[in-house]
Amino acid sequence: MASLPPKHRLESSASEASSAGHDEHHYRPGGLMRWVLTTNHKEIGTLYLIFSLTMFLIGGVFALVVRAELFQPGLQLVQPEFFNQMTTMHGLIMVFGAVMPAFVGLANWMVPLQIGAPDMALPRLNNFSFWLLPIAFTLMLSTLFMPGGAPNFGWTFYAPLSTTYAPPSTTFFILSLHIAGISSILGAINIIATILNLRAPGMRLMDMTLFVWTWLITAFLLIAVMPVLAGVVTMMLMDINFGTSFFNAGGGGDPVLFQHLFWFFGHPEVYIMILPAFGIVSVIIPTFARKRLFGYASMVYATASIAILSFLVWAHHMFVVGLPLVAELFFMYSTMLIAVPTGVKVFNWITTLFRGSISFEPAMLFAIAFVVLFTIGGFSGLMLAISPADFQYHDTYFVVAHFHYVLVPGAVFSIMAGVYYWLPKWTGHYPHLRLSQWHFWLSMIGVNLTFFPMHFSGLAGMPRRIPDYSLQFADFNMLSSIGAFMFGFSQLLFVVIVIMCVRGGKKAPAKAWDGAEDLEWTVPSPAPLHTFEHPPQYRPVEH
Amino acid sequence: MTDVVEDRSPQVRRTVVKTLVVLAGMFGFAFALVPLYDVFCQVTGLNGKTSTSAQTLVHEEVDTERTVTMQFVTRGSAGLPWKLEAHSRQVRVHPGQSTEVYFTFRNLGDQALVARAVPSVTPSPASLHLRKLACFCFDNQRLAPGESFEAPLVFQLTRDLPEEIKTVTLVYTLYPQDQGPDVAVATVADGAPGSDKGRRPASGEDPGGEA
Ligand code: HEM
Ligand SMILES: [Cu+2]
Repeated sequence: MASLPPKHRLESSASEASSAGHDEHHYRPGGLMRWVLTTNHKEIGTLYLIFSLTMFLIGGVFALVVRAELFQPGLQLVQPEFFNQMTTMHGLIMVFGAVMPAFVGLANWMVPLQIGAPDMALPRLNNFSFWLLPIAFTLMLSTLFMPGGAPNFGWTFYAPLSTTYAPPSTTFFILSLHIAGISSILGAINIIATILNLRAPGMRLMDMTLFVWTWLITAFLLIAVMPVLAGVVTMMLMDINFGTSFFNAGGGGDPVLFQHLFWFFGHPEVYIMILPAFGIVSVIIPTFARKRLFGYASMVYATASIAILSFLVWAHHMFVVGLPLVAELFFMYSTMLIAVPTGVKVFNWITTLFRGSISFEPAMLFAIAFVVLFTIGGFSGLMLAISPADFQYHDTYFVVAHFHYVLVPGAVFSIMAGVYYWLPKWTGHYPHLRLSQWHFWLSMIGVNLTFFPMHFSGLAGMPRRIPDYSLQFADFNMLSSIGAFMFGFSQLLFVVIVIMCVRGGKKAPAKAWDGAEDLEWTVPSPAPLHTFEHPPQYRPVEH
Repeated sequence: MTDVVEDRSPQVRRTVVKTLVVLAGMFGFAFALVPLYDVFCQVTGLNGKTSTSAQTLVHEEVDTERTVTMQFVTRGSAGLPWKLEAHSRQVRVHPGQSTEVYFTFRNLGDQALVARAVPSVTPSPASLHLRKLACFCFDNQRLAPGESFEAPLVFQLTRDLPEEIKTVTLVYTLYPQDQGPDVAVATVADGAPGSDKGRRPASGEDPGGEA
């Protein structure tokens, strides 16, 4: 904008001469440009979170279209073609646009504050990786208005549905996934570089909070699997536009290869969406139980083992493609093995709560709901891991119930817990207590009403991704739809609470929660734009 | 802020370089998985694909003790108005014995088209023990509108076929092929059936073609 005065140019050329270009310490452009050009980790964190919330609401609207159609058997509101676009876009937007950017936003805000760093290691790259996202998702959403409609092949975009039989907009979908993928990769590089190099003097790796730890491991997962995703969509692009036959059986390719490649990315991806959640919950529970986290080291090792094992289980999504017996057995047992480190974590959370002096602030409500409901999702995962049983469950609503339990009251609740926990640090005000409690209970009831009946409709054989169903599933589906609308609309309350909290409310001190011990609570609330410009004196705590 | 970040910048650069190396490696790995997968499947027979060119008969004594049911399934594909029919839906064979069965291709549409029948074997481990001495599936077929064409499949199940396999299903799916000039096309001049017409050169390359 016009508010970019020559001063800025002067300074950037001056600082270019002095080698590092990113320090615009003394001068900040105003207005909108301030946000477009910001390299400050807190502002970029805020941008990520706002972006994620926007995507969460858009993806939510798509989900409500799906649930409205499924309210009753028969076709009422939308055509099957459009229904397919809605399920697909819902999944893509929620996974890549809502959950992943929310965690990156929280990392931007909190990782530097928790390790005593002044900013992210690569601030300008940080700005770039954020701004790739609105581009990617504008492109992705614009496919809805293209001839032939948006992608309609499910968020897992199995070939040849996504190649031979795909709508013309698929090329744009591929491009948008590429851009979003680059954004995630750059974000991950930045987080790794920050955590490994910018910790306060004296802070060892084993002194870091679990949120930082889980993000470090998540970032490595991202570096390892996002290129595989990029490879898969590149192969799709070539199959569609350049006549190759990676996945086309007619030309000597193999559609099953697509599934192997996709799930080699896809299973670690689901852990990318849950490990930071583990981290958030592991910092919130000790705060409100007023105890140290039980089993800190075992938490770190459990996280690392989950990450490593996540590379060895991908074919549990493919039990019915015709795997040989040994592969069925291998993937069945390796999947069950993951339940062990996961169980360690749940055990540690519960033991931290045990004999704690617990108070139920909104953040804590969400964190406890996380522990309980995520565990339910883990159990249904174990049922799905039993390969002979999965022959029945596969592609039914049981799978839908499973992954929504781990993703909604799992990943999404942890993000909300994190927001309620850190809002006082971000805004200097406590979120409105009564309203937050309403938000929690409405979400809690809504989520369970939506997804619990899906276990039953799935076990009874209702297939997923189909706009119609036979009559015996009607009651379960009506409950699910009522719950979905309840959950969806209670998120508007969340938006209201956040806006109110930004504008005012009960003032929060630097240490907003009396059990909170991490470094971020030593800086004032709201956290000033620049913190830890001089590294803090870090005293290691015995974990 | 500058001080700290700049003090650490060589370290940061080193970290970034390392992550970039991993990144490039993983991108390459994704593409390397494609040939690795093919080799793996060829060795283990896991994806049920059969050899794409003619194999020789393994001369071994026919195992008359065992009888295996060989089933033939044919499938069309959307947008290709062709029909592929197996003259016999299933045959009972002894391991080691070589057998000839016939298939008929029919173009029901009003355009000349090129297509290929792509085979797949279930259970997949059987694909390692199914030898094809002659098969229409080695070549593309071009059929004029209304034309039909009869072609033989000569195969042998070798004696080392695992004991527990009692039934082998061979599925042929028709896929339309590009009609580019470089495509090896096996054509029949007239629709008259005759086994000699079907016996294509085994190399799979028939560069003369028609296109
Ligand atoms: C104890 C841990 C877990 C086990 C044993 C497990 C097991 C499974 C299995 C076997 C399936 C395939 C079901 C089928 O398609 O037939 C599946 C699907 C899925 N799981 Fe999990 N899972 C676990 C945890 C998680 C977590 C933590 C997440 C994400 C945060 C997750 C997300 C998903 C998703 C998104 C799908 C469905 C993908 C699709 O087909 O669209 N799971 N899980
Ligand atoms: Cu998985």
